[in-house]
Amino acid sequence: MSSSVSNPGSHRAERDPRSWRDRLAAGSPDSPDAPAQLNRAFVIGLVGVALLVASAFMSWTYNPALLGNVTLYGNPGTVQIYLLVMALMALFLLLIRKGPLSRLGRHLGRQTGLRALGIGITLYLVIAVGASIALTDDAMLGALDPGVYVGILGGLLVAAAGHLLPTHKAVGERHQRFPAWLEILVVVLLVALALAAAAYGLGIGDPALFVAFLAFVAVIAAGLARGGFFDWLSIVVGHHRTVLLLATFAAAFAFPLTQNGSDANMSIATSVLIFAATAMGLNIVVGLAGLLDLGYIAFLGAGAYVGAMLSESAFATIDWKPPFIIVALIGALFAALLGLIIGSPTLRVSGDYLAIVTLAFGEIFRLTMFNLDGNNGPDLTHGPNGIPAIPELNFFGFDFGATHAFFGVPITRFANYYFLLLLLIGFIILVFTRLNNSRIGRGWIAIREDEKAAEAMGVNVFGLKILAFAGGAFLAGLAGTVKAHQDVSVTPDQYQFLESAFLLAAVVLGGMGTVGGVLLGAVILKLLPEKLRFFADYRLLLFGLLLVLMMRFRPEGLVANRRRQLEFHDDDEALADEVEAIHTEKVT
Amino acid sequence: MAMLEVKDLRVAYGKIEAVKGISFEVEEGQVVTLIGTNGAGKTTTLRTISGLLRPSSGAIYFEGKRLDQVPAHKIVTLGVAQSPEGRRIFPRMTVEENLMLGAFSRTDHGAFTEDLDRVFELFPILQERRAQPAGTFSGGEQQMLAMGRAMMSRPRLLLLDEPSMGLSPLMMKRIMSTVKTLQEQGTTVLLVEQNANAALKLADRGYVLEVGSIVLSGTGRELLASDDVRKAYLGEG
Repeated sequence: MSSSVSNPGSHRAERDPRSWRDRLAAGSPDSPDAPAQLNRAFVIGLVGVALLVASAFMSWTYNPALLGNVTLYGNPGTVQIYLLVMALMALFLLLIRKGPLSRLGRHLGRQTGLRALGIGITLYLVIAVGASIALTDDAMLGALDPGVYVGILGGLLVAAAGHLLPTHKAVGERHQRFPAWLEILVVVLLVALALAAAAYGLGIGDPALFVAFLAFVAVIAAGLARGGFFDWLSIVVGHHRTVLLLATFAAAFAFPLTQNGSDANMSIATSVLIFAATAMGLNIVVGLAGLLDLGYIAFLGAGAYVGAMLSESAFATIDWKPPFIIVALIGALFAALLGLIIGSPTLRVSGDYLAIVTLAFGEIFRLTMFNLDGNNGPDLTHGPNGIPAIPELNFFGFDFGATHAFFGVPITRFANYYFLLLLLIGFIILVFTRLNNSRIGRGWIAIREDEKAAEAMGVNVFGLKILAFAGGAFLAGLAGTVKAHQDVSVTPDQYQFLESAFLLAAVVLGGMGTVGGVLLGAVILKLLPEKLRFFADYRLLLFGLLLVLMMRFRPEGLVANRRRQLEFHDDDEALADEVEAIHTEKVT
Repeated sequence: MAMLEVKDLRVAYGKIEAVKGISFEVEEGQVVTLIGTNGAGKTTTLRTISGLLRPSSGAIYFEGKRLDQVPAHKIVTLGVAQSPEGRRIFPRMTVEENLMLGAFSRTDHGAFTEDLDRVFELFPILQERRAQPAGTFSGGEQQMLAMGRAMMSRPRLLLLDEPSMGLSPLMMKRIMSTVKTLQEQGTTVLLVEQNANAALKLADRGYVLEVGSIVLSGTGRELLASDDVRKAYLGEG
């Protein structure tokens, strides 16, 4: 666990886009001019931080109805406290470069972090605060008080300070190791923080305040990301995967307990979990086997329809009521069978045919469900009306519809389903990781890299593809049977193409082939639209914009799938760099 | 009975026949080469033997078993491995992972390290760079890896497709001498080459392909001495 003390000539510093400008301005980062430049940047930064703090204590508008009342002097409102936190973070990033904390700065901190933070703060004030106030008040720009302008100036100064800071040769910060207990503590604290932030964010009723909170989180994340913190974190997490997994599950289990019996957020949370479970299933198909499936939602629908038709609903069309466990299995197997039927002719040909066939299959499924109403064939699905009144699940007398008490905390209907879905996701993740780390997983990587070569090596290409395709369908079908009960009714319009596109977006956005990334992607893509309902029709526009930006700036997804060599040879720095460089090259 | 028997093999891409009824044999322990120009049908023949292509008629027997209806991944388990044209290593995998994939068809995990050592003995550079992503390798190193990868399935018959393609003369010599070593260690080799000179020097037997048909055959030495071959492939006369 020793730290590499010195790493001169690290190409990470070389890669910094600012380094040439520094060399022009100051000869080289270590030349005698550098301290003068550092001092200048430091002072500018301090002034910026001071302005930010002052702004937080000033009035931002005269209208007390906006942004949870930011009209008072000397008494910061919520969104102003966000600003204070960001200002403190900027101060911290400044102080690790000069002053009492600078010893820490040898390992942490890059000037890019400060610059990103400054730009972020400015954007936060302009968009989340300024535009939000000006657009909702009749007085438009006149509604803004000087505090906003002072803050914007402060943010710009911080950004300028970050820009002017001489290139800082961080000492191998990414490979910096700390005692294991400290690293585990960091992981656990971060998970706890994420849970707290999620609970807090979900609790915000005012849409403008929610947007401000989102912007706040985004700015902090951007500062940390550009500061190199996430790079370091991903390495730490690599060493403590189990801890992260357990902590995340503990946090997820604890979430309903923070809701105090309210169903408002739990209903959102359950739909997020269904979405996440389905996205994880799709991740096997897309992320591991590399098969582009554009009709995946149909498999969820197949499971849901089986669940509904075999349920005890008065509208169920099949007069056989097996216990749910059997129904779930039948639903999953039926979906897998559909997968086999679609997959076996198309998986033999390589390339994009599968995407087209699955796209068509998704629509065929929806239209078939729409038309099996008794007029155009047997009445199995009641057509567009769907199958309503699906009763609550009941496991051994445990009624999922009723509220139960858990150590005095009420666990509501949605919370019951939430726990069940959490178990389901756990199961899917288990399947995913076991497959990924097996011989089968190796075969999938080979197929992704070069299908013909894989075949020549004795990889049963067709067999492995069909396994991924039908296996993914099986898991989606399983989730579908639960979804039928949780939604109470099943209708064809729940399973349109857009849903498949969203699932695929969650996988790509989060990071194909990763567990954490896809879960994160699913949560973001499902949660945000729920909380941003006031954007209504603009949501798709925003979503499109988000996708375009992601593909431009981080095409490998939020969590990148570092090739597994890093796990095996994490003491090999050169390899780590190379693998990463190659990986990014390939993706971009 | 020969180890590999190809009888009246015809292979077509759609309506275009690339291999027009060829027959040849590979005896156990030999190095046999198919030479010919671009488009003569050499690679097509090799890919048909390894199951990546299906013949339109004719038969292929390996150790008496009929191969031409067996799926490609099963052919590897029977003891036929291919080092494909253009090497086709897995660029984002490390050397070791590439070699692991070579052993994909095998289920006897104990022997894996043994085979790995054998390959490293043949190509020491692979051991040096076992953790390095294969995409960073030079052409020659990639060829070594492709051959090592094929050897990981412990084949009795190795199909080598254009191993000298794009290599420096020095590296080509290295590769050819490795083929000799493999033969000495008991592996039968079917070698497809455009570099007729190098291939014939090495081969116990050679076949000359021209637009899908075998036009000449004989021992390596005979073919090297043949006027037709010298004119057409060695740029002499």
